[in-house]
Amino acid sequence: MLFKLGAMLMTPGAKLALLVFAIVFPFLASNEYQVYVMASAFVWAIAVYGLNIITGFCGQLNLAHGGFFAIGAYTLGLLTADAGWSFWPAFVAALVVTAVLGFFVGIVSLRLKEHYFAIFTLCVGFIIYLLIDKWEELTHGPIGVRDIAEPYGFGLVDFTETTPFYYLVLAFLVFAIWFMGRLSRSLLGRTFIAIRNGDELAQSLGINLMRNKVLAFVLSTTYAGLAGALYAGMVRFIGPEEANIVHTFDMITYLLVGGIGTITGPLLGTVGIVWITQSLQFLEEYRMIIFGPLLVLLVIFFPRGITGSFLTWMHRKAQSVAPEKKRTESKVTTTRTREAENNA
Amino acid sequence: MNLFLQQVINGLTLGSIYGLVALGLTLVYGILHIPNFAHGALYMVGAFMSYFFMVDLGVHYWLAMAGSAAVIALLGIVCERLVFHPLRHSPPIHDKIAAIGILLFLEALVQMFWGADFRRMSSPFTGIMNFDGLIIPEQRLLIIVAAFVLVFALQMFLRKTMTGATIIAMAQSREGAFLVGIDANRVAMMTFAISGALAAVAATLYAPINLVYPAMGHLVIMKAFVIIILGGMGSIPGAIVGGMIIGFAEAFGGFYISTAYKDIIAFGLLVLILSIRPQGLFAKGAH
Repeated sequence: MLFKLGAMLMTPGAKLALLVFAIVFPFLASNEYQVYVMASAFVWAIAVYGLNIITGFCGQLNLAHGGFFAIGAYTLGLLTADAGWSFWPAFVAALVVTAVLGFFVGIVSLRLKEHYFAIFTLCVGFIIYLLIDKWEELTHGPIGVRDIAEPYGFGLVDFTETTPFYYLVLAFLVFAIWFMGRLSRSLLGRTFIAIRNGDELAQSLGINLMRNKVLAFVLSTTYAGLAGALYAGMVRFIGPEEANIVHTFDMITYLLVGGIGTITGPLLGTVGIVWITQSLQFLEEYRMIIFGPLLVLLVIFFPRGITGSFLTWMHRKAQSVAPEKKRTESKVTTTRTREAENNA
Repeated sequence: MNLFLQQVINGLTLGSIYGLVALGLTLVYGILHIPNFAHGALYMVGAFMSYFFMVDLGVHYWLAMAGSAAVIALLGIVCERLVFHPLRHSPPIHDKIAAIGILLFLEALVQMFWGADFRRMSSPFTGIMNFDGLIIPEQRLLIIVAAFVLVFALQMFLRKTMTGATIIAMAQSREGAFLVGIDANRVAMMTFAISGALAAVAATLYAPINLVYPAMGHLVIMKAFVIIILGGMGSIPGAIVGGMIIGFAEAFGGFYISTAYKDIIAFGLLVLILSIRPQGLFAKGAH
């Protein structure tokens, strides 16, 4: 019974309810600022979904993710502010640039395994930050980029107001999650998980490690670029701090709290933590005093985050309810749980 | 010629500091196979501890250094016990995330107590030596000498004492070490203590010619990672040689190529080397 209840939470019905809530949120919000905060949480969630592809599914800890977010933001910012492009062409260019750069960084960095990959991407992230900070002719250095173009609307809709922009971000987020869901159920997604669980075994099954890892990496950097471009369109002023490694660490926290390698986890983790830090304003500067130990406790006690732990709990419940019943049935439950996990 | 020698001195100074930090990092990696991202935070807290001892308690430079080394050694042990020990059977990604958690926590804690300002730390060695036009500040000389003494002492400890030999044995083969009855917990705690103490000493040595601030560990730790990848993860001579390579590359690159981009040199070098040799320059076999 409980299992069914839990499964229902992950069913299309629950997802629809979440979506409806997201759609009516601007009408429930007491002021425009809350809508703005929610929109920014969604932007970060998109980036966290990207991190989830390479780190959650493929098992490679990418510490340059914040750097690609910044590249997306700067591509849009520089093209509109300096080169005079209008918003949407620059937006598409931002996606292309992060994908292409992701490809080149990917083919070099993914030859490295585990620790080497993490350290290498940490350095890549730092190089991105230094370049943005020092290459003043291109990026304006520490002054940052001002006068970023507004996202103009099509026809009747105007995205320059907060609420329409919120819906724009929501649309992209829904697309990002939908794509993620499709991916996790596809052969490609299962290939990624196989690589995470053991790359030598995956290779012996005939999986081309390099091609799949690079593909996962490019997908993840494109997500980061998408989030970065939306961010630039939302705040319309960006500086080198966008590439700060702290943003990558923030995203890892969101991912871990929500549930690494799950579909609903990144959304729950990001929206939850963004709102908690918003409501406790004094935390803004010292949030890491809580986040740091939280990360440690999570990896020790709840390595699978909110969604993952919930699923494990449901799984245990389901098994303890029917221990006397035939084994075949518990096997069925196991597969059902697995499926529920994949759909989560 | 003097300008050239000046850069040699600068390279030696930087190389000594980087070498000391990288040594601690490589020791921990050799024993526990953890890339300790929190090592830079230990370095930073070490500098603040010395600053605290010297400015707030009025202790002498050397005593402050010893006190800071002791505190950070203890902090290292606490990290090992509370965080890395419970995670010893987890997938490798968890160690890394936990280490990042420690890093974030320590940085925020220091910032809460001391603020994000840049502080200057004094040192009794403010004199300048002049060898026929070649100018060497005493503090730089002290750094070079201290680093050489420390590395020598560490080598002696590892090679000539029984306790040191257990660390080497653990690094060579975990199972082998267990078979001959080496206490893994003791070795792990000791390694973290040594690694922390080295970081604190390096920070206290370098702080007087640099500044003390909460983010001071970032660049140093990343360069230390570059160094141990260059020198082979877990290799002690590799850390020292790698430290010197990066120190000299930065000193000469900063002087002859560009000061603004001198911090990129180390990372550029890493990207270049790993693109050609994914297992590092001196790495032999699997580690």
